Amino acid sequence: MTEQALLSVENLTVQFRGDAGWVNAVEGVDFAVGAGECLGIVGESGSGKSVSALSILKLHGRANTRYASGTIRYGGHDLLTVSQRRLRQVRGGEIAMIFQDPMSSLNPVLSIADQIMEPLRQHQGLSARAARRQAVELLEMVRISDASRRIDDYPHRLSGGMRQRVMIAIAVACRPKLLIADEPTTALDVTIQSQILELLRELQREIGMSVILITHDLGVVAEFAQRVVVMYAGRVVESAAVPALFERPVHPYTEGLIRAVPDPDADVRRLATIPGNIPDPSTSIAGCRFNPRCSEAIKSCLTEPPALVDAGAGHFARCPPRIAAGRTA
Amino acid sequence: MSGAPIVAVRELVKTFAARGASLRAVDGVSFDVGQGETLGLVGESGSGKSTTGRILVGLEAATSGSIKLFDQEVSPASGKAALRAVRRRLQFVFQDPQNSLNPRMRAQDAIAEPLDVAGGLSRAARNDRVRELLEMVGLPRSCGDRFPHEFSGGQRQRIGIARALALKPEFIVCDEPVSSLDVSMQAQIVNLLLDLQERLGLSYLFIAHDLAVVRSISARVAVMYAGSIVEIAPRHELYTAPRHPYTQALLAAIPRVKSNRARAAVVTGELPSQIDTVPGCTFHPRCPFAFERCRAEKPKLREIASGHLAACHLHEVPA
Repeated sequence: MTEQALLSVENLTVQFRGDAGWVNAVEGVDFAVGAGECLGIVGESGSGKSVSALSILKLHGRANTRYASGTIRYGGHDLLTVSQRRLRQVRGGEIAMIFQDPMSSLNPVLSIADQIMEPLRQHQGLSARAARRQAVELLEMVRISDASRRIDDYPHRLSGGMRQRVMIAIAVACRPKLLIADEPTTALDVTIQSQILELLRELQREIGMSVILITHDLGVVAEFAQRVVVMYAGRVVESAAVPALFERPVHPYTEGLIRAVPDPDADVRRLATIPGNIPDPSTSIAGCRFNPRCSEAIKSCLTEPPALVDAGAGHFARCPPRIAAGRTA
Repeated sequence: MSGAPIVAVRELVKTFAARGASLRAVDGVSFDVGQGETLGLVGESGSGKSTTGRILVGLEAATSGSIKLFDQEVSPASGKAALRAVRRRLQFVFQDPQNSLNPRMRAQDAIAEPLDVAGGLSRAARNDRVRELLEMVGLPRSCGDRFPHEFSGGQRQRIGIARALALKPEFIVCDEPVSSLDVSMQAQIVNLLLDLQERLGLSYLFIAHDLAVVRSISARVAVMYAGSIVEIAPRHELYTAPRHPYTQALLAAIPRVKSNRARAAVVTGELPSQIDTVPGCTFHPRCPFAFERCRAEKPKLREIASGHLAACHLHEVPA
């Protein structure tokens, strides 16, 4: 994977300043995304999925964040150590990002035109006229009807789905090599969600970009991504190709999570649950972070932090007892 | 549904004034909820599902229509006095336990607030009841003196449920009770609601946008679109043989963990603004099957199979 990877994150540890000193938000995170590939990162609140993604472009507040270890390899450099100047070229130019809530990520006092033209002028040095022409084309590309008129609207005039289309237009304006989409459809209704995912799929093909899709929704990952990384309490607990992960999850957390998703195609009563609560990042848990909620925990799980191990065929999991038992659920 | 319904809603309408125009949030909604039954009410944003629930418990006043709760008429005309008589018997669980609990109030006081308002309990009896309620919702009896921020999201929703149960209601309107929770927490809360229903014989109106969650908890399901119910049926029929094109589109749009079916076509367009009224069927601009009549005449909700109603011209029996 790593040889032809477009971007690879290795051993990333990010710390935030807390009341009682520095707290690990994510610890020893590894993942890679290949050219043209879609990688899904799933997890619940506090799993560190968004923290990992924001770290790629160093979008965390500088005063309260520490990149304690790791490298983010992209284009022969480590994005954690490149110059601010180079980082600015990468941001929005080569690696673009879209967020969950398009209302708070669009500037309410600038027109759509201003906001789409900004990256075009900034990164590609286009004239105002050329940038505007291209902005209209971009709006058409994200299927906004009547684009030449809509472009002078302000964000509040658009519906949630339209705003996310505009965000996508801004993100793909410079034909990025990688798009990081952080919960891009979470705020949207289900019929609009499927339109946006369809659009992203088409654009991915057209531009040939890679996508990192961060989501809490296993269904979205199952339908959209080729490979998936599952995070829990700041660590990667499993990573595999999508079909393998959903058919044969190795880690008990992954298995529990998949089971807990209500099935729209079955009349079940009573959902499968994972007992207990998601731990707060600041609480320290010895051994495996999942052990308080795991029904299969043995002695070593309580004391030894497990390593992420290859369970075969590029399917990695952080659960030594299950891997030793040759168990693939 | 067995026996007389404990909730009977007929032709409910709610309009809001919006910059000189009027917005029809709820446009002629009718349904029943039976004793011990859960009716799921699903729809996307702006469908009017939450407004319907808020009217039922008296958080909004209806513009017109009739509501019968426990066989007692609660119409806009009879006003708050009539509602007060039935209010103890119905409660509301909100979506976001973070915002619906007072951050400065200890869990025990939040739970006891309805008891305190109703009055008539000694201090000791009140505290006993609080501990009993904490246990009922699966929280330690001793956690009552903690503040909301000391609980997780799932635990806060348990407190919200305990508070709703304080006055022993018979009917609870749950408005998106699990949609702000993580998957593993969501399943715990759904199961808790099912347990409580079994134990206490509760009836629920379960409002949600997530069709999969609704299937797991409801006996019957109503689908709302642009202020109206477009389809209502027992859950198995609704999910396996949906008749309204909107219900079909909604079901097809759910991203599935087990994708055993071919991807259905994505429905185009968006929900209409309820200010510019769409003539005919409100779904016709997005409907792949729309024909002339759909553009002119609004279809009525009618029975197309036993207990299965749909508002669609496609399913009309020729006269």
